[in-house]
Amino acid sequence: MSTAAADAALPRPARRRDSALRRFMRHRLAVFGTVVIGLLALACAVGPYLLPFSDTEIDIMQRFAPPFSGAHLLGTDPLGRDILARILMAGRISLSVGFAAMAISMVIGIAVGLVAGYYGGWLGTVLMRFVDAMLCFPSIFLLLAVSSLIGPAVGSIILLIAVTSWMEVARIVEAQIRALKARDFAVAAEALGASDARVMTRELLPNAIAPIVVAATLNVAHAILAESYISFLGYGIQPPTPSWGNMLDNAQSYLTSAPWLAIFPGAAITLAVTSFNFIGDGLRDALDPRMGGR
Amino acid sequence: MPDLPMPLDTRPALLAEDEVLSVRDLSIAFHTPAGALPAVRDVSFTLRRGETLALVGESGSGKSVTSLGILRLTPRAPFCRITGQVLLRGHDGRVRDLVSLPEDEMRDVRGRDAAMVFQEPMTSLNPVHRVGDQVAEAIRFHEGLGRRAALTKAAELLELVGIPDPRRRLSSYPHEMSGGMRQRVMIAMALSCEPQLLIADEPTTALDVTIQAQILDLLRRLQERTRMAVIFITHNLGVVAEIADRVMVMYSGRVVEQAPVRPLFGAPLMPYTRGLLRSVPRLDMAGRERERLQAIPGAVPDPLAPPPGCSFAPRCGHFEPGLCDAAVPGLDLARPEHLVRCVRWPELARNAA
Repeated sequence: MSTAAADAALPRPARRRDSALRRFMRHRLAVFGTVVIGLLALACAVGPYLLPFSDTEIDIMQRFAPPFSGAHLLGTDPLGRDILARILMAGRISLSVGFAAMAISMVIGIAVGLVAGYYGGWLGTVLMRFVDAMLCFPSIFLLLAVSSLIGPAVGSIILLIAVTSWMEVARIVEAQIRALKARDFAVAAEALGASDARVMTRELLPNAIAPIVVAATLNVAHAILAESYISFLGYGIQPPTPSWGNMLDNAQSYLTSAPWLAIFPGAAITLAVTSFNFIGDGLRDALDPRMGGR
Repeated sequence: MPDLPMPLDTRPALLAEDEVLSVRDLSIAFHTPAGALPAVRDVSFTLRRGETLALVGESGSGKSVTSLGILRLTPRAPFCRITGQVLLRGHDGRVRDLVSLPEDEMRDVRGRDAAMVFQEPMTSLNPVHRVGDQVAEAIRFHEGLGRRAALTKAAELLELVGIPDPRRRLSSYPHEMSGGMRQRVMIAMALSCEPQLLIADEPTTALDVTIQAQILDLLRRLQERTRMAVIFITHNLGVVAEIADRVMVMYSGRVVEQAPVRPLFGAPLMPYTRGLLRSVPRLDMAGRERERLQAIPGAVPDPLAPPPGCSFAPRCGHFEPGLCDAAVPGLDLARPEHLVRCVRWPELARNAA
């Protein structure tokens, strides 16, 4: 029997993953959240190409057009720009800021958690006390202060959100690794000549993946929210580039006369953030059966 | 290349031709808030190619720490101090002192020159990786093989340790295997680089009796094939009688008796060894002179507050005040190859005869 044929014939024992998927599918809100995020991402990706208006196209004749009343489905803003086009373009920014900030914060959090949990001792103590100190600091002030210092740009916003949101992950990973490193398979791997880095990344980390995935999902929600409020406060994404936060900022003055200016971006933020939270809950239940039946 | 550069150390660092391992004055101490805790004190022994040394003793006697210390798998420097010498002949014939070896070279020794099998097969395999990948990984640590070649070799190893249908088993996860199967996988991983020394830390304790016999048989077959030296840690004296060439009895961190297996079982000299042997049920003695098993009274002494003199004295039936608690007895060569740590062994041996 050739190697390739033998490999192809191997049954893939995926029972564990199957049942995790089934548990996730039973979580209605999580499925709802996944569908919403999927649709939102799809709409933001292709929607702007299908609309007859661009997000920056100004039409003075069409200022404050109310929604569902004409060519502009969700109405227009004070400059006559199409709200739907702006929401979709803003969604690109907000969602990518959310994912990018999550990815960076995961890298930082996992690295710090791994090192602190695996080596422990004074190094672990120093790192985790630093995490505690970072957690004590109200991140909104840090975000505002630093973004006013270095000047707002998408890249710097992403970095800023990431460096203020990795601590939870570091704590989760540290606790997991500290428990896992005493397990026999870690010692067994070391006895076979595995290096520290190898034991950490290959033996221990995969065993901690469930809580990390959950934290990552919740981190996306957190990052979207963080981007929204710093943009709302004027320190984030700068006009004319739309973001859900700065659209809300613009809407403030017209809250009574043109409430749709606030309602649609607000709904988009709420929808995205709650969906990610639902997904996180669903993943937690699905990946960690010990958390108990819902 | 010469065997080993001998710098300032005046002790002979060389091993005899057929010797694989020589442990000299190995001491291991843990640092605790209450002070230094000596877990292993002045352990010395040598091991020849193809030989099996059984390490026996109660829980807390230091037998597992000794084995972990040989591979330097005990906690690192500030928490744990290892002194003495552990000379191991590597795959290249070079003799290295594992106590003073730099960590990166030590990593190369682990798994390649000396490997270890642990007590709990249920937890010694990583639950999230396929068995084949884990065995292949063990091979790839030391041999620059590609993934496919390593997997092929992994299948051969699984076959060698008696796992049926090894190619299919490569893609199993550990939780799909029984304890005996997993222990076979662990043995396959340990043997992947054909080590000179295998340390088996109670490899059959967690298995049921029929599987125990199979695993012991497997180890013996593999040893005949590879001529590796084996350190077998156990508290099951039945297993010792079955597989060991020599036995080393440890008590409270010290070697108290060391002898080839027959003299040790036939004419044990140290009262502690006798106590151990008397506490084993024997089928051939059933219903005869000794009907009840005799337990050794008391418990292992607190290593932070050891009794004066012989550490077994408080539990010993032959304790003599003024003699046994005066000083720690030395390790006497009672008979050829038979070492005992007891001041009263000559008279006890006479009485027994």
